[in-house]
Amino acid sequence: MTTTVAHDTSANHQVEGHEHPSWLAHHFDDEQQQFDAGKMGMWLFLVTEVLFFSGMFCAYALYRNRNPEVFEFCSRFLNEKLGAINTGVLLFSSLTMAWAVRSSQLRETKTLIGMLGATLGCAAIFLGVKAVEYSHKWGLGLFPGKFFQSQLEHPVHTDNNYLWNLSIVPMILLVCFALYYAYGVIIASKFHQRVAGPLVIAALCFFGGVGLGTFLESEEHEEGSPVTHNATGEHAAHADHDHEHDHAQEHAVAESVKPAINFVAVDSTGMHDDVAVTPAELVTPVSAVNQKGMAGLFFSIYYCMTGVHAVHILGGMAVLTWLIVKAARFEFHSKYFGPVDNVGLYWHLVDFIWIFLFPLLYLIT
Amino acid sequence: MRRNPTMMNPSIQFNPMTPTFLADVNETFWFPKQASTFAPKIDFLYDAIVWISVLFFIPIVIAMIYFMVKYRQRPGYKGSPEALHNTVLEVTWSVVPTFIVVWIFWEGMVGYLDMMRLPVDTEDVKVTAKKWVWSFKYKNGAESDKLYLQLGRDSKMIMRSDDVLHSFFIPAFRAKRDVVPGRYNYMWFQPTVEGTFDLFCTEYCGDNHSGMITKAIVLNSEDYEKTLTELAKEPEDIVARGKWLYERKACKGCHYAGAEGAQGPGPSYNGSWGKSVPLAAGGEATFDENYVSESILNPIAKARKGYENASAMPSYKGQLKEDQIEALCAFIKSLQTAELPKK
Amino acid sequence: MSVVTKPVTMPAPSFEAGTEDNYLTHTTGFLSWALTLDHKRIGLMYLAGVMASFAGGGVLALLIRLHLWNPNIDKTQALFSNQVYNQIFTLHGAIMVFLFIIPSIPAALGNFLLPIMLGTKDVAFPRLNLGSFYLWICGAAFFLFSLFATGLDTGWTFYTPYSIESRGPVVAATMGVFVLGFSSIFTGLNFIVTINTMRPPGMTWFRMPLFLWATYATAIIQVLATPVLGITVLLLAAERVLGIGIFDPKLNGDPVTFQHFFWFYSHPAVYIMILPAMGIISELMSVHSHKGIFGYRMIAYSSVAIALFGFLVWGHHMFTSGMADVTTIVFSALTFTVSIPSAIKVFNWIGTMYQGTVSLNTPMLYALAFIFLFTIGGLTGLFLGALSVDLHLHDTYFVVAHFHYVMMGGTLVAFLGGLFHWWPKMTGKMFNDFAGIVSAAIVFVGFNLTFLPQFVLGTRGMPRRYASYVEEFQDLHRLSTIGAMMLGAGLLVAGLTLLHSLFYGKKAPMNPWGGATLEWECQTPPPHDNFSTPPTVGDPYDFSNIEYDPKTGGYFKKK
Repeated sequence: MTTTVAHDTSANHQVEGHEHPSWLAHHFDDEQQQFDAGKMGMWLFLVTEVLFFSGMFCAYALYRNRNPEVFEFCSRFLNEKLGAINTGVLLFSSLTMAWAVRSSQLRETKTLIGMLGATLGCAAIFLGVKAVEYSHKWGLGLFPGKFFQSQLEHPVHTDNNYLWNLSIVPMILLVCFALYYAYGVIIASKFHQRVAGPLVIAALCFFGGVGLGTFLESEEHEEGSPVTHNATGEHAAHADHDHEHDHAQEHAVAESVKPAINFVAVDSTGMHDDVAVTPAELVTPVSAVNQKGMAGLFFSIYYCMTGVHAVHILGGMAVLTWLIVKAARFEFHSKYFGPVDNVGLYWHLVDFIWIFLFPLLYLIT
Repeated sequence: MRRNPTMMNPSIQFNPMTPTFLADVNETFWFPKQASTFAPKIDFLYDAIVWISVLFFIPIVIAMIYFMVKYRQRPGYKGSPEALHNTVLEVTWSVVPTFIVVWIFWEGMVGYLDMMRLPVDTEDVKVTAKKWVWSFKYKNGAESDKLYLQLGRDSKMIMRSDDVLHSFFIPAFRAKRDVVPGRYNYMWFQPTVEGTFDLFCTEYCGDNHSGMITKAIVLNSEDYEKTLTELAKEPEDIVARGKWLYERKACKGCHYAGAEGAQGPGPSYNGSWGKSVPLAAGGEATFDENYVSESILNPIAKARKGYENASAMPSYKGQLKEDQIEALCAFIKSLQTAELPKK
Repeated sequence: MSVVTKPVTMPAPSFEAGTEDNYLTHTTGFLSWALTLDHKRIGLMYLAGVMASFAGGGVLALLIRLHLWNPNIDKTQALFSNQVYNQIFTLHGAIMVFLFIIPSIPAALGNFLLPIMLGTKDVAFPRLNLGSFYLWICGAAFFLFSLFATGLDTGWTFYTPYSIESRGPVVAATMGVFVLGFSSIFTGLNFIVTINTMRPPGMTWFRMPLFLWATYATAIIQVLATPVLGITVLLLAAERVLGIGIFDPKLNGDPVTFQHFFWFYSHPAVYIMILPAMGIISELMSVHSHKGIFGYRMIAYSSVAIALFGFLVWGHHMFTSGMADVTTIVFSALTFTVSIPSAIKVFNWIGTMYQGTVSLNTPMLYALAFIFLFTIGGLTGLFLGALSVDLHLHDTYFVVAHFHYVMMGGTLVAFLGGLFHWWPKMTGKMFNDFAGIVSAAIVFVGFNLTFLPQFVLGTRGMPRRYASYVEEFQDLHRLSTIGAMMLGAGLLVAGLTLLHSLFYGKKAPMNPWGGATLEWECQTPPPHDNFSTPPTVGDPYDFSNIEYDPKTGGYFKKK
């Protein structure tokens, strides 16, 4: 464990002791022990994180196994272009994070702050795109479980300012960071500027992500591509065969029947098979899927998994900010880079989980 | 601690493995009466484990007390702390219990599989549990809140819960199974003793969990058939017959009547008779025999205002005879309570 | 907990003179406690917290027993309404499990002892350690809210769908459990890292005190099982707030899935509760027999075996739920595998006394009581593991009695034994041994009187969680209630004995019992940094050169 100790600190762990450098906690003998402890602690924490997510993966497996057709059908409502972009963004952020670890070891503080800022920016883009995805689904009424209220055959998009509401907090943060940067400039503090700069850029990145997401989402809308059966595509197609549907009756069924007996009631209505929307291999009638206990459950699982993942991204952004502050104080060097290394591990895990979420949710068919 | 022997039963033999102190001849110290074919097997395994446990426990306690006294700290005594390890001993006390628990596991598994293997020819009872009542439905359509069983007949329970988890437990039968909403659970047993036995809910289900008790009544085949026929028979009195139908034809689930039923999806029966009621489609209708029978046969036709989802109610066309509808009308007519009680 | 203690100066052979201050007097003021990073102070704060929780949960237990004095079929006789009774047993269970038993030994005693037994200055992550404590406080606050709000009545198991439709503050309670879970995870994580990376030179794995082995095994379970509880309660909260439907049969979800999720954690949690207790008993039996532990390796291995097997047996809580037969049988078979390592431990503890020099003082009597009670608890587990018998006993008072014998007769009694054992080290005060022995005797008799009748109640068919019962059960219930009052009195005597010692106790010597582990080579009470020089690590169970010194009333190690 202590074989690599060949430095001035080797004297510390003997009798005179207590002349620890500031970056070495008093209860550790040397930097190697401190690093090992930190790293092991982080790995154990990652194990708990994996187990934490495994609960939801189990739920996913159980319900997909039970209703595979629901998962296949509902997965079409997830925009795989946005998912793919987010995957790319996160993978890139893993690269910048790994680069940041290297820079911290080499004491290249400028690069370090740049790389941490880039990682933070990628995280913000990810969240921006996610905000577009969420708000679009909410607009379609694709809520979890008992709040699910959409008609999957011909979803009607209502704009309830969801995206705007989701953007309020980032907007406030952007203003705060900008003011903070201005403050740094006014008092001519390099330190504050070094901290505030990446934060401002990251906050801007969120809106970059929102813009990117909105553009791609609307592009889907215009194309109405028959290949990607996403929500808006169906919306466009829906006008053609609107007359085939007996809106009123369907509506009445969905509204009147309490969830408890929903399952039976809709089964017995013997619904039409919508050829234009439903792919040939999908034998289950759309109406059977279009229930709180079916599609609603899929979106429950979707929101739980991606939501908890997004919370982890937020947590990662918080610790990245903390690292930027520390880096701006030039705290990291070859003997003390544990925090960067450990946050890096955490960040890779968050990416890793997304790598599973993306195909499991977006790419089912 | 002791219950009165209500019934002498020769089928229960004296079990030499059972500690019989504090107990009378009819039931053991541990158990209630053995009243199903499962009971003797389970009691045997239980008693066997009791004796295995005693065989382990007594030596452990004796050794503990003996060592406590013999090696106690006292002037002039000094222990010899050499005995720290003894491979033979340690292997023995690891291996011997292993064999014993394997036997216990095996016996338990065999007994369990016997209880799970459903016989082919069974008397089926549909058990529905909801907060905090049991209801039992028999082959002839009869329903009851007590469970009637036939002596010596394999009885199968087909169980489902309407709300939360419950559990069906008859101690005298040594039989238990959870009743789960959203799925059917099955169990079976063969009663071997005539009599009345406690039936408990053993899965916590809310406020009145401890009140969710009823009786399992085991009858000989003659009495059993008689009781079932009795239960299936509609009452003579027309109002009573209407109430009887109200309870059995699922009206009770949605409509409130008198002091019973759900104040839920459907309109209350109370106090409307003879009056004019507003309709969902506009206009009014007089609440009389015509209106009631039309609403039973075609619920959507004249849905009441505020109850536009009348399609949730199934049509009873072909399910209720003319005289049955008359009985229902008579029952509704008898309900003159003007107000719904407050929830 | 700001107990004013005068600096204790105990000239000790292996210590340089002049280290007069100890961890209690090192700094003063409220903030010096509230923001302390010292594992010993955090341990003491945990101790105060878990004892307060225990007192609260205990009062609720007595209320339950008082309520059951009458059959309550006639509601006018009943002490509480059904609703209130349901809330009381729910909170009793939840408080005892989440606020008391799980943190009791690892977080309170473990925090205090682990670094000292290892000869280190602190745990690996002192800030995280303090964070765990505040998470615990936060979780306790959620539970207090549940106590005073409209009343949580789901049972501590939160079974769906009842917990989805219950009126009680389920979301607050599940958030409490979530937060407490993370408190537990961080404590376990800290202990694993500390033991792995900070053992002093010379302390190989097989020279670790068995308490550390037990704590290590416990920590593994805490880290691996608790996250699943976290996600389970989070999903349950989402079920309440968002109606996600995963556990709700009305939305096509499956309530049995919840049981699988819940017991995947909560069964291993049983071993979080009992393993550290076994570690304490290993220490106590050895030290108070003044003889090395019998079969050290077997005890160490069995701790790890129990921890690992503990992950594979959760299904035995669900034998009546309607699992597939094969699953049920496999879970039953795996359940029996746990019984063997537990049995081995009991035999080894008895073997430790053989040819030893047994001091019959308070900690030892608690340890002996533990062996008696735990053996009953373990043996009655055989009945519940045997499938066919379990179908009769499941969810009856037999189960209640069984897990109280393990959890209370086991963990609580061991906790008390450990508390008496290490009390002099923690506070620098000796307690009145006679009063302690009296408390052990009352607790022992009261405990058996409370829970032995419940086995008979269970086999006769009394279901658990009943606010009222059929009259034939009344005599046994009354016996149990009398026992519970006695048990409460015994615990009160134990508490008063300890409190009394704080004010009137004699100064404790450095090594009052003659232990050979490192904590007894540390000053009493320990100084802020535990050891000013790294201690020399020897065999933790080598008592050959430990001698009694009548001058100090304690033992010392011959050079």
